Amino acid sequence: MLFTGLCLSVSSFQGILDRPTAKAWHLWSSIVLAAGLALITLLGNRAALARTAREIDRFDGDDGRWLKGAPGRLLRGGTAPPQGRFNAGQKLNAALIGGLMLAMYVTGFLLWYGERDTTYRFAGTVIVHDWGTLILMCLIAGHLYLAVLHPATRHALRGMTLGDVDEDWARKHHAKWVERAPASDRDA
Amino acid sequence: MERPTPTPRSGIPFGRAALLGTFAAGLGGIAVAPAVSRFLSNAVPAAPGGLGDVLPGLGGGWRIYSVQSPLPRFDPATFELRITGLVEKPQRLRWNDVAALPGVHQTSDFHCVTGWSVDNVKWEGIRPQTIIDLVRPKPAAKFVTLQSLETPYVDQISLDQFREPNAMLARGQDGKPLTRSHGAPLRLVLPSMYGYKNVKWVRELRFDAAAAPGYWEQRGYDVDAWVGGSNGFGQ
Repeated sequence: MLFTGLCLSVSSFQGILDRPTAKAWHLWSSIVLAAGLALITLLGNRAALARTAREIDRFDGDDGRWLKGAPGRLLRGGTAPPQGRFNAGQKLNAALIGGLMLAMYVTGFLLWYGERDTTYRFAGTVIVHDWGTLILMCLIAGHLYLAVLHPATRHALRGMTLGDVDEDWARKHHAKWVERAPASDRDA
Repeated sequence: MERPTPTPRSGIPFGRAALLGTFAAGLGGIAVAPAVSRFLSNAVPAAPGGLGDVLPGLGGGWRIYSVQSPLPRFDPATFELRITGLVEKPQRLRWNDVAALPGVHQTSDFHCVTGWSVDNVKWEGIRPQTIIDLVRPKPAAKFVTLQSLETPYVDQISLDQFREPNAMLARGQDGKPLTRSHGAPLRLVLPSMYGYKNVKWVRELRFDAAAAPGYWEQRGYDVDAWVGGSNGFGQ
């Protein structure tokens, strides 16, 4: 989506793919992305998804302290307040990406529809779509760094792909989650 | 049977607030972004290659597209506008001659195919009819090809499109001479069509009998770039 979007809007990319092709790929990838999310919701484990949503939604005092101390820990290290299955940064990231994606879909629709009816062509639409792209790219780059490279967090990738994590690691980074987990879940 | 890990019901619903707040900021941004953009572009000096070129929306609504770097530089001492092709009286006009041609003022909206628009742009320039009277196209002339100082940018419109009532060869914008990044000294303004037909840095007008695709048309963009009626819609 980023590449075809750049081909549609940044002049140094505009010669790489011709406009109809770039546009078709851009539109269809957005539809496939939305359809994928819809299918996961329809066919996936909805109870588990609802639990995940609730975990992302709820922030407690530890989460507040976690967020407040995050810049300092990044610079100087130190111990973080105990966290649940997701730490406050992960929850905030998920919420921001969700909100930005909705905004991208609305502005993307307006850009598409504004070509059909110029009443819906607003000067601000493309500015929001572009800033949304910039912020999303920063969040996604941060997400990839923390998931793949950062030593303290990259073990979570195992959880995402294989479904289990090392208990000592979980106790250190997600203590409240381990406390709540039933004993049967702990020793694999 | 696997028992799910219980989830906390305590805490505040900050996640949904952040999600909805971000979404609302995006929607509100559609309304306020142009004003913020105007404010910031006044605060941030517009230097080519500066912050305004990197961060979207800092150009007062404008985005400057070019196919060559650096942008063409206008020199009044050496500039020459050629009007050639199928005409009775071909012309080579120095800048003084171009500046002396009668001009008109108009306010029109500018639309780019990539989705941005600038409303109520105040242009000053020469009506195509003035050019037509000057060179007298032959009956075989059906198209006007506009060659830019920026090579290899070229575009073509039909003679009828050249005669659109609010078409002009603009010399001034918003009360000042055209700036370098907006196509100094001359650009075509054709508000009914997307910006890529509005050739900047015009150095030659050629009256032709045959159609030939312009720079972007060779790259998949529509020849007749009507705003709201081209490039994926209305054909």
